[in-house]
Amino acid sequence: MYHIIKRDEPSPRQKLIIRILFVLAALAVSSIFVVFADANPLQLYIGIIDGCFGSLYRFAATIEKMVPLMILSFGVMVAFKMRFWNIGAEGQFLMGAAGAAAVVRFFPNLPLPAMLLFTALAAFAAGAIWLLIPAFFKAQFGTNETLFTLMLNYIALAFVTALQYDFWKDPAANGMPKIANFPENAQLPASHGFNLSILFAILIIVAMYYFMNRSKIGFEITVLGESENTARYIGINVKKTILTAAVISGGLCGLVGMIQATGVSGTLTTEITGGLGFTAIIVAWLSGLKVPYIVINSFAFGVLLQGASYIQTAFQIPGSVAEMIQGTILFFILASEFLIQYRVVSDRHKEEVA
Amino acid sequence: MFLYFLSAAVRAGTCLLFATLGEIISEKVGHTNLGVEGMMQMGAVIGFIAGFISGNPYVALLCAALAGMAGALIYALLTVTFKANQIVTGLTLSIFGTGFATFFGKNYIGKKIPDAITTFFAPFEFPGLSKIPWIGEVFFNQSGYVYFSYVLVIVVFIYLYKTKWGLHTRMIGENPAAADASGISVDRYKYFNIALSGALSGLGGAFLSLVYISILPVNVVGGRGWIAVALVIFAMWNPLLAMVGAYFFGALDIAGYWLQQYNLPVSIYLFDALPYLATVFVLLFTSMRKTANSKEPAWLGRNYFKEDR
Repeated sequence: MYHIIKRDEPSPRQKLIIRILFVLAALAVSSIFVVFADANPLQLYIGIIDGCFGSLYRFAATIEKMVPLMILSFGVMVAFKMRFWNIGAEGQFLMGAAGAAAVVRFFPNLPLPAMLLFTALAAFAAGAIWLLIPAFFKAQFGTNETLFTLMLNYIALAFVTALQYDFWKDPAANGMPKIANFPENAQLPASHGFNLSILFAILIIVAMYYFMNRSKIGFEITVLGESENTARYIGINVKKTILTAAVISGGLCGLVGMIQATGVSGTLTTEITGGLGFTAIIVAWLSGLKVPYIVINSFAFGVLLQGASYIQTAFQIPGSVAEMIQGTILFFILASEFLIQYRVVSDRHKEEVA
Repeated sequence: MFLYFLSAAVRAGTCLLFATLGEIISEKVGHTNLGVEGMMQMGAVIGFIAGFISGNPYVALLCAALAGMAGALIYALLTVTFKANQIVTGLTLSIFGTGFATFFGKNYIGKKIPDAITTFFAPFEFPGLSKIPWIGEVFFNQSGYVYFSYVLVIVVFIYLYKTKWGLHTRMIGENPAAADASGISVDRYKYFNIALSGALSGLGGAFLSLVYISILPVNVVGGRGWIAVALVIFAMWNPLLAMVGAYFFGALDIAGYWLQQYNLPVSIYLFDALPYLATVFVLLFTSMRKTANSKEPAWLGRNYFKEDR
């Protein structure tokens, strides 16, 4: 018989080797899908690298893909850290974008700095409110937040769809169901393809690192995640902590809505999220809810996303192949976590140890 | 007119019913699988392709069930054997399944199902029962696929509550350590039930691509998998209530389309939120009345690790 036992914490070097081996294995399996798409896998992988680092503009596009994913992952991290399963990042993202769009719609003549400030605040607030609703009921009645936040994604989607197809439909778009593009004074300034969101990103990285590792509320969130009883025992106000964390988590996800609406899509659309809210959950989890790893992993996924959109145009390979590669890599990394934490021993070996 | 609407609601709810029955089985053994959307996508597209090539409805059904099961087995491998987080693994399966379906379905988008299959699944009056006033018109003038789902509700109910295997399954969901100690092979039961739930999700997806819609669109499932996850709570893990819930949600699903003609003062796009709003109310209601919460399998969402016992 074989047994599975928890192993001692492996060294960072061992961890890295295991992870790299699994990613390589995932790429090998993904190659099968690529062959189905009538393409040469090696050429394709080179294409992905070229699409991300081939020129300054392509690199800028990679960063543009990374930033929203990273901020969303931070948002998810804050909630997950206290075992609050916020899988509603998609919805908070959408509501944030809607909040930013509302500011642009009702105050179209603000000067650029004020516009950016108010759209950011509105987006943060909208995202925060969208998570405060389930957080309030979780704190008050213990309502299951996993499904509540999941449902709110689709309620937000229906709301934004109604905005786009009905309430805020651009009459000048010849019947096309779209919201008018934002004016010049509501576009994130950009140079060489890099937009201002990088500045946001750097500030947020520093703030999150400080927040999670040094601040009182960050500590309270961590303790609450470890054990609710401990938290109560040392005098942490559980309800207040849940609500505060929800504001930060939902707010960060909402802020991404502003960044995407003003910096990338130039308006509010139902497709603005591109499923990033779900990818962020996976990124946050695989990063062990740690700030530095989220930065690294978001970059890796940024490469995959930008590479995918590049090969789609360069090799005429459908974008869905990238989704499959992404899924396959994720499956393999999830499996690798097991090998990092446990090892398999046979009974005979166990007796020798004993 | 109203009966016609109800009959359409039953049709709209059928794909949800399959997937919900599957998710109930999975949750009864302690595994929340958020990959329902992905498994439905895989079943829908593979079922369509198999049906398109073979022209045989049985082959189509079999392939759809196997496709859903394949997705479920990936999930089972990761969560049962490798102890990976259930929520994250399920979400990954949904991303993967959607990509899989878009990729393999791309050459079939806009194609029509062979006539042999359309005729096979065409609605017919169920002998005898269709004569019952009202009920006959709503429930017994349907496709054979819908009748199949009625049978499955009963089969799943008997399986879970009247058989030894069902008892063991529920026991694992409540307390895997106790089940293990009493000699039940926990992992084997988990694999079996998760695979079964995947097959049901696959069949739910295939109902959409083979019966509900005659031409394959992009993204045929379109978020219905998430409704199925919600329906499990709505039905409080009971297969019979799942039937009621599925038709209720089916009605909400088509409500926007049906109300379009009345020129309502609200945007019809907001009606798309109705099934999700209904779930939110159920969540709130059950959590405020603590008793209903106890229907949830006690060990739901937590992996079982033998050596931790």
